[in-house]
Amino acid sequence: MGWGRTSMSDGHGRLEVRKTYKLYIGGSFPRSESGRSYEVRSADGERFLANAALASRKDARDAVVAARKAFPGWSSATAYNRGQVLYRVAEMLEGRRSQFVHEVGAGEGLKRRDAETAVDAAVDRWVWYAGWSDKVHHVQGSSNPVAGPYFDFSVPEPTGVVALVAPPASSLLGLVSVLAPVIVTGNTAVVVASETAPLPAITLAEVLATSDLPGGVVNLLTGRPAEIAPWLASHMDVNAIDLTGIGDPELATELETAAAENLKRVVRPPADAGGPEPDWSADPGLDRLRAFLETKTVWHPVGI
Amino acid sequence: MPNFDYAPAPESRSIVDIQPSYGLFIGGEMVDPIDGTRFKTVNPATEEVLSEVVAAGSQDVDRAVDAARAAYDGAWSRLSGRDRGKYLYRLARIVQERSRELAVLESIDNGKPIRESRDVDVPLVAAHFFYYAGWADKLDYAGFGPDPQPLGVAAQIIPWNFPLLMLAWKIAPALACGNTVVLKPAETTPLTALAFADICQQADLPPGVVNIITGAGDTGRTLVEHPGVDKVAFTGSTEVGRQIARSVAGTRKKVTLELGGKAANVVLDDAPLDQAVEGIVNGIFFNQGHVCCAGSRLLVQESVADELLAGLKRRLTTLRLGDPLDKNTDIGAINSAEQLDKIRMLSEVGETEGAERWSPPCELPERGFWFPPTVFTGVSQSHRIAREEIFGPVLSVLTFRTPTEAIEKANNTPYGLSAGVWTDKGSRILWMAQKLRAGVVWANTFNRFDPTSPFGGYKESGYGREGGRHGLGAYLDV
Repeated sequence: MGWGRTSMSDGHGRLEVRKTYKLYIGGSFPRSESGRSYEVRSADGERFLANAALASRKDARDAVVAARKAFPGWSSATAYNRGQVLYRVAEMLEGRRSQFVHEVGAGEGLKRRDAETAVDAAVDRWVWYAGWSDKVHHVQGSSNPVAGPYFDFSVPEPTGVVALVAPPASSLLGLVSVLAPVIVTGNTAVVVASETAPLPAITLAEVLATSDLPGGVVNLLTGRPAEIAPWLASHMDVNAIDLTGIGDPELATELETAAAENLKRVVRPPADAGGPEPDWSADPGLDRLRAFLETKTVWHPVGI
Repeated sequence: MPNFDYAPAPESRSIVDIQPSYGLFIGGEMVDPIDGTRFKTVNPATEEVLSEVVAAGSQDVDRAVDAARAAYDGAWSRLSGRDRGKYLYRLARIVQERSRELAVLESIDNGKPIRESRDVDVPLVAAHFFYYAGWADKLDYAGFGPDPQPLGVAAQIIPWNFPLLMLAWKIAPALACGNTVVLKPAETTPLTALAFADICQQADLPPGVVNIITGAGDTGRTLVEHPGVDKVAFTGSTEVGRQIARSVAGTRKKVTLELGGKAANVVLDDAPLDQAVEGIVNGIFFNQGHVCCAGSRLLVQESVADELLAGLKRRLTTLRLGDPLDKNTDIGAINSAEQLDKIRMLSEVGETEGAERWSPPCELPERGFWFPPTVFTGVSQSHRIAREEIFGPVLSVLTFRTPTEAIEKANNTPYGLSAGVWTDKGSRILWMAQKLRAGVVWANTFNRFDPTSPFGGYKESGYGREGGRHGLGAYLDV
């Protein structure tokens, strides 16, 4: 993987300026309040890539507060506006393509061509979801022909603050595939990145920070999902939780049980949790959009 | 002015034939329990024992789930959507044909006024079956992708407030999508579900497609936790909803929950007050307030509060409480002694916490479970009667000064099932409807229901929708 080394030096003897990978909370990039970090290594374990922040319970709570604060503004932004903001994110992703290819390749142990394919699919996936912002109402909403003199219609609305445990293996395409459908409809998110390959997630956060996305709409934590997710699952100001990235069935059951306390909407891990990840390149369908939408039905009498 | 009294106008009971005891409806026939015990069901208006029914035991639950599984793997799955639809149309028609009998039976078992069971509950039951019948052969066009598949065996647990209507909300979409069901009616209101068993037989519904087992919480828990169940649908309290959500953790069971509420009914200063009074009355005193989406918190703008409350109190003095089978009755009996205790307890807490209690002059029958229409004024957001679901004819009145404050107060609850708004200004209606975090918003009306109209909650009022195209999603593998 000779190309991977270009992240260490430019091949002309110049010493590279390395990046510090931090958390992303409320639009800022803090270190973990715990002061902890952990070593991120290449997929084959041979190379040191970076030290990532090891997020704590306090970081998770701060992230939820930031997500809640951002919810009223983001959920009431026009669908056109949200679509443009998300499309802008895709533009910024494209601009960082080579950086993502390096990070995805090193973190997931992919050959350059496979890493490029994954990154391109992630950018395209983001564009696909961006376009849903002002279309999901058409396919999820309805006008209801009630048997009486009433005008009656149903509209989809975002669920609120959504916690996500991102897929562990597919560090960018998998992440984008779970995150974009959550925020495009107006939810705000707290994401726990892949534990072993968190660097593309943090770079994605840098993209989000420079893409007109209001601070707090996406909050990103790196560290151990097994440590952070329980605090999110039991947090009373989180409305939904996506457990896609939880590979341990026992932990998934514990988290789903904790989530019942305030009746969070729960997306369970894939049926064969712990097995290979779903094929993230497949057509995602509408399931992930629907999972974090409520339906509001409004009635009004008709008469003169 | 002369006082014109109403003469009694009771609906005849002779149309219903209540058997002294019932078995369980499993595999298309009424069977005796294997390990179930028997308990009595009473008329809440008189405390008269109506019949003896079974509290199904775990072996009974096994048997019902097995019957549903056999029907799912057998005849039902081989049937085309068109033919499933035809069975549902049959059920709708038989409900219409037997509507008077069902309405009387519902009022006897539940305590609700015959005017409501006759004009609301039973017509909506027929409408629900009729609506979902038409979906059975059109699922490809429902927006869930081509050839959407059913889930399998659905465990359905329903409450006592609208017994037959909740049965229809559960069974109609489940069957339309190709599932089979085991349904458990509430402990205190089993009789119309057992009558529905007879309707299934009259319709020649294949055995095991619908199974009805009676019992209390233990039977429900056994059913929900049964490994042979693929889907759980529950309507009831948020506390039981939480237990169900916990008990299915780690399984692949799909769950929909329709739980409690503490709906705000918001009256703005430009509202048509006479209409609002009618809506408030319908919002909280319909079905004795035994309605999860009841408008139990009246939020009224300060400047019109006195006028509105005077009108409301005047209106409440005209409500007639008494015999549920009397066609002039507005307020029937509380469904059970247990529920009456809860309403009394929370009302006493309301007084203790400093709210002012008022009821119209109202004579309560000596036997049976009764509670007068009650209004609490001077209620603050911290009072328990403003936060907890009372599930009875008790209205808590709060005031506000600005629409923004109304929204804050309305949304200041862990629930999010329904809300009401009263104003003559269109832009205000739509603004309020947008800001209210609730699954159903009634503007210048309240407590309207229709099979085409999705119903269900935000937040701790549960998840999933019943009714309309959305209701299909709860019973398909999507």
